[in-house]
Amino acid sequence: MFYWFTELADALVFGLLGMDATTRAASALHFFIEDVAKIFFLLIVIVFLLGFFRSLVSAERARRMIGGQSPWRSYPLAVALGAVTPFCSCSSVPLFIGFLEAGIPLGVTMAFLITSPMINEVAVLMLASTMGWKMAAAYVVTGLVVGLAGGLVIAALKLEHHVEAYVWQIRMGQAALPEVDATWRGRLRYAAGQVREIVGRIWPYVLGGIGVGALLHGFVPEHFFLQYAGADNPWAVPVAVLAGIPLYSNATGVIPVAEALLAKGVPIGTALALMMSVAAISLPEMIILRKVIKLPLIAIFVAWLFVAFVVVGYLFNAWFA
Amino acid sequence: MKEIKVLGSGCKNCETTARIITAQAERMGVAIRLEKVTDMAVILGYGVMSTPGVVVDGRVVHAGGLPGPDDVTAWLS
Repeated sequence: MFYWFTELADALVFGLLGMDATTRAASALHFFIEDVAKIFFLLIVIVFLLGFFRSLVSAERARRMIGGQSPWRSYPLAVALGAVTPFCSCSSVPLFIGFLEAGIPLGVTMAFLITSPMINEVAVLMLASTMGWKMAAAYVVTGLVVGLAGGLVIAALKLEHHVEAYVWQIRMGQAALPEVDATWRGRLRYAAGQVREIVGRIWPYVLGGIGVGALLHGFVPEHFFLQYAGADNPWAVPVAVLAGIPLYSNATGVIPVAEALLAKGVPIGTALALMMSVAAISLPEMIILRKVIKLPLIAIFVAWLFVAFVVVGYLFNAWFA
Repeated sequence: MKEIKVLGSGCKNCETTARIITAQAERMGVAIRLEKVTDMAVILGYGVMSTPGVVVDGRVVHAGGLPGPDDVTAWLS
């Protein structure tokens, strides 16, 4: 079904504007128009469908399900729920406190907090529809493994004393949470509200990502990436992860960039490492987390993600070479 | 007079939630006293982890994400 978007871009760029298909500007503009149409269409449909079916997965529910479980069950549950539970990054502080208050160990809590921003179900479905199921599956599996192993490492290092002292003193109330309207009408309304809220919040990132993708696609010559980011440059993966840190964006916004990079011959592991770094290691998120954890734990958290993404990049480059 | 509290760390969604409620109360001619709560201990005291949360006359009516216009109307009437 995606040829519609190609045809739309063809009609606008070559037909209406009469641009020469061999020029760089035409190629960039074509990428931009095609991706804006395709990605926003997918984004709205996917967010609506997920909103419709998922009005019941909340952080409060995740806390209840993980609390009181044995480690054998709590770690897998934490990463699985982290993958499907959406929460705004401004909720990570109350969420962190709420989990610890429920007696959920620090390692399990961190496993949840690592996985949640990394695996974004909208991004997963968009990856699958723009770059195929193999890329989407690779993204999900690595996200789960990095989150799970990260939680276990933090638990093994016994870092509880790097949690701010006031956190342990907060007691959480037993407020009855508002009932969710589970009728058809209620779900449709909720889903429409999700589209307004999520698309309304992330559209600048998505547009920015498509813009960068279009510029890479149109103006960067093929040999540039093969020379500097090709499989035989061992520095490409760590540089990609480092480059992702200041490029704070929503996971959805990185997809068009990764799409353009892959088309230019950048290996899958390098593209994946950049995607995960952009989505999961962000300065604003670390500043928010600083309210509840001290700098050494933040440093370990960032270092873990850095090392994990570099390893993931090398592994996928080797497997898919 | 309705006592309304918006729970949140001061992120954009929390600000927007407070603004939506104030605007809707004005439109409906309902007198409210709106307070923004940023103290984490108080927010968690209400049993809320996903912000923004909304408390009307001491009862939690909303947690996580922006409330819809119909929700706000229902709280105020």
